[in-house]
Amino acid sequence: MQELINRAKELLADGTVARVLGWKKGDFVYNPEPHIFTSAEELEKDFVYDGFCGANLSKYMIRASKMEGKTLVFLKPCDTFSFNQLIKEHQVVREQAYIIGVGCKGKLDHRKFQEMGLGDIESITGINLMDECDVAKVTTIYGDKKEVPFADVMLERCHFCKTKDHQIFDEKMLGSKETTDTEGDRFDEVRRIQAMSPEERFAYFRSELSKCIRCNACRNVCPACNCLHCVFDNTNYDTAQKANADSFEENMFHIIRAYHVAGRCTDCGECSRVCPQSIPLHLLNRKFILDMDELYGEFQAGSDTETPGPLTAFTMEDPEAGAGLERSRG
Amino acid sequence: MKKLSMNDVPKFLSSVGAAMDLFVPVRMTGATNWGVWDKEREVDLQTLKSVKSPKDVFFPQCQTMYTVSKGEDGFSIDPMKLTDQPFCVFGIRSCDVRALTVMDQVFLADPVDTFYKARREQAILVSLACHRPAQTCFCSVFGIDAAQCDGADVAMWMIGEELFLEGQTEKGNEFLGQFSELLSDTDDTASVEEEKESIRSITKKLPYSSLSLEGWGAGKTDEKFDDPNWQQLSDACLACGTCTFVCPTCQCYDIKDYDTGHGIQRYRCWDSCMYSDFTLMAAANNRTTQMQRYRQRFMHKLVYFPTNNNGMYMCVGCGRCVDRCPQALNIVKVIKTMDKGREEEKA
Repeated sequence: MQELINRAKELLADGTVARVLGWKKGDFVYNPEPHIFTSAEELEKDFVYDGFCGANLSKYMIRASKMEGKTLVFLKPCDTFSFNQLIKEHQVVREQAYIIGVGCKGKLDHRKFQEMGLGDIESITGINLMDECDVAKVTTIYGDKKEVPFADVMLERCHFCKTKDHQIFDEKMLGSKETTDTEGDRFDEVRRIQAMSPEERFAYFRSELSKCIRCNACRNVCPACNCLHCVFDNTNYDTAQKANADSFEENMFHIIRAYHVAGRCTDCGECSRVCPQSIPLHLLNRKFILDMDELYGEFQAGSDTETPGPLTAFTMEDPEAGAGLERSRG
Repeated sequence: MKKLSMNDVPKFLSSVGAAMDLFVPVRMTGATNWGVWDKEREVDLQTLKSVKSPKDVFFPQCQTMYTVSKGEDGFSIDPMKLTDQPFCVFGIRSCDVRALTVMDQVFLADPVDTFYKARREQAILVSLACHRPAQTCFCSVFGIDAAQCDGADVAMWMIGEELFLEGQTEKGNEFLGQFSELLSDTDDTASVEEEKESIRSITKKLPYSSLSLEGWGAGKTDEKFDDPNWQQLSDACLACGTCTFVCPTCQCYDIKDYDTGHGIQRYRCWDSCMYSDFTLMAAANNRTTQMQRYRQRFMHKLVYFPTNNNGMYMCVGCGRCVDRCPQALNIVKVIKTMDKGREEEKA
């Protein structure tokens, strides 16, 4: 971690960048926050990068792009897909960013510690990028000590990591480690739900989506949700809504959002990470990704800054309008 | 004092649930929230904090106030019926009970909110002491006792395989009398005292228990409003409503109409000061940046509310925002940062 701080200080000192977008230590090891650092002292005192720094900083670059001078931003491999996609959508300015592609050995999910009764973490070792990140050694405020396999407390998305290669960067620092599960792929859960009867599937989504409190955290964290004024916030239309008036709206909000980001969603998994109700929202996006892959050929949003997305390009090979309907009739 | 074996809890809840509406923490697909008891639902008395507080038992996130419908003789207006039957809230925590006292300042002050008042009057509160408070808890800062809830009708402790229940009000004693079948008398007050002692000693040692509110409170508007720290504190805020919606004391709401096609449903729903159209007026909005919205939330809790309510803070230290903010911002960071600023100034 110190080398990240040193490098950031150098780039600040020589004027390459005007500020540093990274993670700031929290009160507890599991709550670091995204932060803009402007001085060497601040970096030295508060900068952190470890297993709990799951936040994708790409979206903050929309705002930082408009600031004077370059912003140094630390991006994990998965975050660089979002950054590329934001370039493609003209939301960030490449030249305004100095990207340090920072290594990743998987990111942790504090709720998984909580479920194991280990949420009140007093100290934890084995989660820094210098560590193997195989086992986290936890001590709680209640004196419970436990060694937990990293994989048991990792965010879902890290089990199906797309790649540990950065898609865009100015320089790279710290090594990564493969975290992808050896068995299965990221579409397994989608296929499982697809195989359900319509009644089962409806019950499944009701049990998940009925927890929704319409806090909009999924939307606001999503790099693909970059509308200046969301239709659900626009009081000029009846679509504006602060609460789910009924169960129909709970479902529709998420389905509409998934449609809107289809073809642009990089599957970064932030929606599920931030959901206070632990709704696996990424599954809706993955369903669309799987469908598009099958209908238009494999495509990964954000793997470059030019290729048009499957839904924004036209080719003679595109399936006919009725293809989706035919598929659904199976 | 009464005793109930944990094995008998489902039976006990069945008999209460058959006699009245019964609200309990319900576990569903990985999250615990308050809901109406039903024998099919998984009651969860183990999880310390529900995601949403039990606030919406009293002040629902979405609530129809009246309907307007068009008939042959013109329009008719039908107000929604007020709660007029007793109901039970089983397993509520001390912080969440105090939060009701906070909301009372708003909803029971003139003009009285009749929907809220009716629910407050009909509710029988059965509290559950916090066997293992979390690292993120700081109720003691606000003088709340996690070991015994003084605002509850019945105080309850979970000790090993048994629940101990003690009536604290007439209503509470009546409740215990009504459902005495599965309860047995006990004079084992020593176990309860031991449990209380243990909770209080844990609470004292929690990392946030020494949080200082010096510098906050009534009359501090001028000191805090222009503090330069607000900008960096709010920089990472996503402007989502998580903190406001999981908070047991946030009580701002919006009133909207739902067009049913042949009438109007006028309803109210929780609002969030994090949202861009919060307090939007015809002439536009008085807060245009996220920093201003962010500042509003904490100034309301730590300065404006105490100013208008004899020093009472609009926070009970439940720590839900600490736990749930997507980007790890929260009220404790605000309190501490400004406190630091003050200390540095002094030095």
